[in-house]
Amino acid sequence: MSDTSRLWRALTYGVPLAFLALFFVYPLATILARGLRSNGSLASPLDVLTEPLTRDVVWFTIWQALASTVLTFAIALPAAYVLGRYTFPGRDVVRALVVVPFVLPTVVVALAFLAILPAGLERGWAAILIAHAFFNVAVVVLVVSTFWSSLDRRVSEAAATLGAGPWRSFREITLPLLAPALAAAAAIVFLFSFTSFGIVLILGGPGYSTIEAEIYNQAVRIFDLRAAAVLSLVQLLCVGVAVWITLRLEARVAVKGGLRSERDLLQRPRTVREKAVVGGSLGVLALFLGFPLAVLVERSFAVGGGHGLDAYRALARPTTALLATPWEAVVNSVVYAGAATVIAVVIGSLAAFAVASSKGPRVLDGLLMLPLGASAVMLGFGFVIAFDRAPLDFRAAPWIVPVVQALVAIPFVVRIVAPTVRAIDERQREAAAMLGASPGRVRREIDLPTIGRALAVAAGFAFAISLGEFGATVFIARPDSPTLPVAIFRFLGRPGELNAAEAYALAVVLMAVTAISMFVAGRLRIRRNGWI
Amino acid sequence: MKKCHKALVAALVGVLAFGGFACTGGSESPTDVVLVTHDSFVVSEDVKKVFENETGLKLRILQTGDAGETLTKALLTAGNPQGDVLFGVDNTLLSRALDGDVFEPYESPALADVDARLVLDPEHRVTPIDHGEVCLNVDKAWFADQGVAPPRSLDDLDDPRYRKLLVVQNPATSSPGLAFLLATIARYGEGGWQGYWRRLRENDVLVVDGWEEAYTVRFSGAAGSRGDRPIVVSYASSPPAEVIFRTPRPTTAPTAVVEDSCFRQIEFAGVLRGARNEDGARELVDFMLSKPFQEDVPLSMFVFPVNREAILPPEFVRFAVVPERPLDLPPGEIEANRDDWIKEWTNIVVR
Repeated sequence: MSDTSRLWRALTYGVPLAFLALFFVYPLATILARGLRSNGSLASPLDVLTEPLTRDVVWFTIWQALASTVLTFAIALPAAYVLGRYTFPGRDVVRALVVVPFVLPTVVVALAFLAILPAGLERGWAAILIAHAFFNVAVVVLVVSTFWSSLDRRVSEAAATLGAGPWRSFREITLPLLAPALAAAAAIVFLFSFTSFGIVLILGGPGYSTIEAEIYNQAVRIFDLRAAAVLSLVQLLCVGVAVWITLRLEARVAVKGGLRSERDLLQRPRTVREKAVVGGSLGVLALFLGFPLAVLVERSFAVGGGHGLDAYRALARPTTALLATPWEAVVNSVVYAGAATVIAVVIGSLAAFAVASSKGPRVLDGLLMLPLGASAVMLGFGFVIAFDRAPLDFRAAPWIVPVVQALVAIPFVVRIVAPTVRAIDERQREAAAMLGASPGRVRREIDLPTIGRALAVAAGFAFAISLGEFGATVFIARPDSPTLPVAIFRFLGRPGELNAAEAYALAVVLMAVTAISMFVAGRLRIRRNGWI
Repeated sequence: MKKCHKALVAALVGVLAFGGFACTGGSESPTDVVLVTHDSFVVSEDVKKVFENETGLKLRILQTGDAGETLTKALLTAGNPQGDVLFGVDNTLLSRALDGDVFEPYESPALADVDARLVLDPEHRVTPIDHGEVCLNVDKAWFADQGVAPPRSLDDLDDPRYRKLLVVQNPATSSPGLAFLLATIARYGEGGWQGYWRRLRENDVLVVDGWEEAYTVRFSGAAGSRGDRPIVVSYASSPPAEVIFRTPRPTTAPTAVVEDSCFRQIEFAGVLRGARNEDGARELVDFMLSKPFQEDVPLSMFVFPVNREAILPPEFVRFAVVPERPLDLPPGEIEANRDDWIKEWTNIVVR
């Protein structure tokens, strides 16, 4: 092994692991240790586990997450197929709009659903599943269609020539090729639904709870850190099992297939049947995602008994609800999300190379997934006590916000980029090397253009995730520079018509910023020379 | 390879430099004072400037989650706090904060202008800054249209006339929800509140997760709401908000407060034990009791000042009610029973 490739290996493994260790494992371990030691000793934590309430909550958390994943796939897969196979006018717009629901604050979405779900369905487990699907469709569509669109179709075409029916060709060729992306998307949707909290409490109504909600309850309302720590461990265990199953599934079925640049592969829908498939899949998706979004847009204009632009005009003015004008919140959000995207893309793509090159079980891959499923509440508390002394006194540092956002975005970057890296045609690399290309040149001229598209999509998604501020960002301290989701919460938490309208107007701004950034990311191409 | 590495190294150096820069910027110096508080804290820019000009200290504000999370973090960092002053502990959480030894006693001279009934800690580890009452709000138009008299007290709510009219928040997940449960316990006593809630349940009380849903979705009196419940648990300051944030401004408040149902929440500030800038912290507590800050709280946080000299904004004078004798429970009693009360309530009302 040459020095440069050894250095490369050290970088691809070392940097992501160090990042994870410092900003995830260390704070989480600190708070869990503190919690388990509190109320006396490390006494048996079994009392928490044997409570019937805990069992009910754990069971409900698992089954609703599984059911949410199935429902999300049922709605999203046809659209992922269409976007992965066909090109048509407005395709980039569709891909950008799909991500919009994903970034919206849960309270806003929950309130929109309460307004539109028919009586009887408006609260309870069905409402929870529908809302989870609404949020997570973006994950399946993006992760799966990005991969699907770069699958070499000549194999299936050859199979068809040899007499395989479309179903057989799908089952025996496309599905195994697609498996890594499907497993990746399923794992992410499962973890998001698993740790869901606001949606479950609001749309479930009293009596519904998840492990994450119970952790919050124990840590914040009852201040029983021991119970919270035990529940966090149970949650981590479940998450670990889910991640492990995904990795096994992926490893078993993944088949290396040739990847091609997308433009060569997408085709226009030609026959009536193809057009019907494209129109039908996208139509269902548009109805499912569009209706709640339309409600939010309508609310943002609802003022003075009619409709008007008052709320949008008010956004430019200083407000008593925030320590800044709402527009400053927009700028703050974009700056934080931009920083988080840089961190996530650098560290995530390093990890993607490490993950793709390893032959055995991909431990790094699994570890990087854990922040998606770990307790955000506890991680927030962990930051406060783990980073409280020099040289690690980061508690009030503004850059901790994008770091935590990146923690959640990195697994997405890995999962979008890694399948593409893995599918890079080894023969092409060998041929290039044989022709005298240095390893760096191979990486630049073969790897980068191949993964370029995935990288751009991953960057767009990382930006969207950071805008939406998932997980621990809500629970870490922030200086007085409110971001969009924070501003939305503030306005929503105050009585008065204009406040409600401003909350929804900001949600619309968040939707617009997301759609535009996804659209731009979708248009980015990395050319052969490595430049965008 | 070279080029690739260069780009990578540059990116990493960038990330680290960003970190290092921000890190030095975040370190403490005696020229500023850090206020640790919850997400709902707001102060007007010019009032903040008054403090900074008077003291020469820069006021930095660190928001660390909702009131419960803020207190949990303060408890976790007791002795090595995140800032100098903590604002936002209320009487329902006060005992926990005092038991956790979070504060350093400080008796502000400005307390001379504060109603002694609001000073709950004789050792002055905490100082009252504002109070807000959680009260039933009613939709005046709904009751006028139906020709039904709105409820006048908690006692009325189990009357069949008010069947299916009340929406409350779950006390297990909502701060006003908890305050309203405490109001009923204060009113009907340790042995009587359970029966009252059974009757409310028979009268089809609707329980929702939080204030946002109760007020903006279920309550018929909020502007733009499509809700069908004309009685809601909200705040004494909600009627003026319904006037201020509606265009065009109505001449009377569309909602009213049921005075006898109000539970008092007092918010406190305290100098954090181990504060880096203890003198600055005391100056900040004094400032929070001074007229400029006290006169700012009604319109920024929709609560009432504790300083008797503070002049209320005209909207509050006209449309808000400060209940004469709000319901109340000692903080120690709340801390000792809160969890059991919530469990008992859940069994009675939700199960």
